[in-house]
Amino acid sequence: MGGFVSRGFRSRRRPDAETAERLPPGQYLTRDFPVLSAGPTPRTSLSTWDFSVVGALPEPRRWTWDEFQALPTETVTKDIHCVTKWSKFDTVWEGVSLDTLLAGVETDATHLVAFCDGGYTTNLPLAEVTGGRAWVAFTFDGAPLAPEHGGPARLLVPHLYFWKSAKWVRGLELVERDRPGFWETLGYHNHADPWREQRYQGD
Amino acid sequence: MERSGNETDRRLDGNAAGGLLAEAFCVEMTTAVVVCAGCGAEAVVAELLRYGHEMGAILRCAGCDTAVVRIARTGDRLWLDLRGAVNLRVSAAP
Repeated sequence: MGGFVSRGFRSRRRPDAETAERLPPGQYLTRDFPVLSAGPTPRTSLSTWDFSVVGALPEPRRWTWDEFQALPTETVTKDIHCVTKWSKFDTVWEGVSLDTLLAGVETDATHLVAFCDGGYTTNLPLAEVTGGRAWVAFTFDGAPLAPEHGGPARLLVPHLYFWKSAKWVRGLELVERDRPGFWETLGYHNHADPWREQRYQGD
Repeated sequence: MERSGNETDRRLDGNAAGGLLAEAFCVEMTTAVVVCAGCGAEAVVAELLRYGHEMGAILRCAGCDTAVVRIARTGDRLWLDLRGAVNLRVSAAP
């Protein structure tokens, strides 16, 4: 019993070497999956759900839910980091890579703006979401993504603070000029790299 | 935009509004009245629906969910976004 208490104490106060190496500066490890929402949880029927890529490309792309499910999917295991300082290790997601959604697109765009049910937006440089670094995920831990965690589908960009992983995502607008999103226009960092602790503008 | 000499003469910088701004911002805000830019509904700030967490407070219109007031503290700065409000009305000091 004493050993158990001692281990628990040590894990909160001083993470072991492997944990410390995987935790970006200022973060702590949690086993929960906290829910952070800036508005009511939308309930979108799968029969009306679609996903589109619009903006600076010759022809917009659009998939219904069934068409989206038929795209090649990937299962990835990633550590995620919230700007409110919790991190969660080894989260398992299934989704469609943005490499697939943007394959062959001819565009002069430098950035994208993810748009969502409920009006949320977040901006990302195109170079940050290609090369196997971003997905539109629709399962978490092997089960359909719960609405409070962004279901039916959310963006997953695990190398940036988690507000960039927009919940209830419905599409990507390709833009030739960066356009800061919901939190990026309220003082949060435009890029949001947890390893450089880019929490707020000016960090 | 070109401005006439008279127009430039009449124009002052933001300091000239300092007294009014101080009066507007140093008041009890929960009793202020806002008009939602989404649906035009008028509401007392206290009647807006607060969504929020450690990242900031989002006050939404109870009728249409528009984010009327957004406020966040980032380190030693406070950010206020009122794009979702047509206007905001407070009682003037007597």
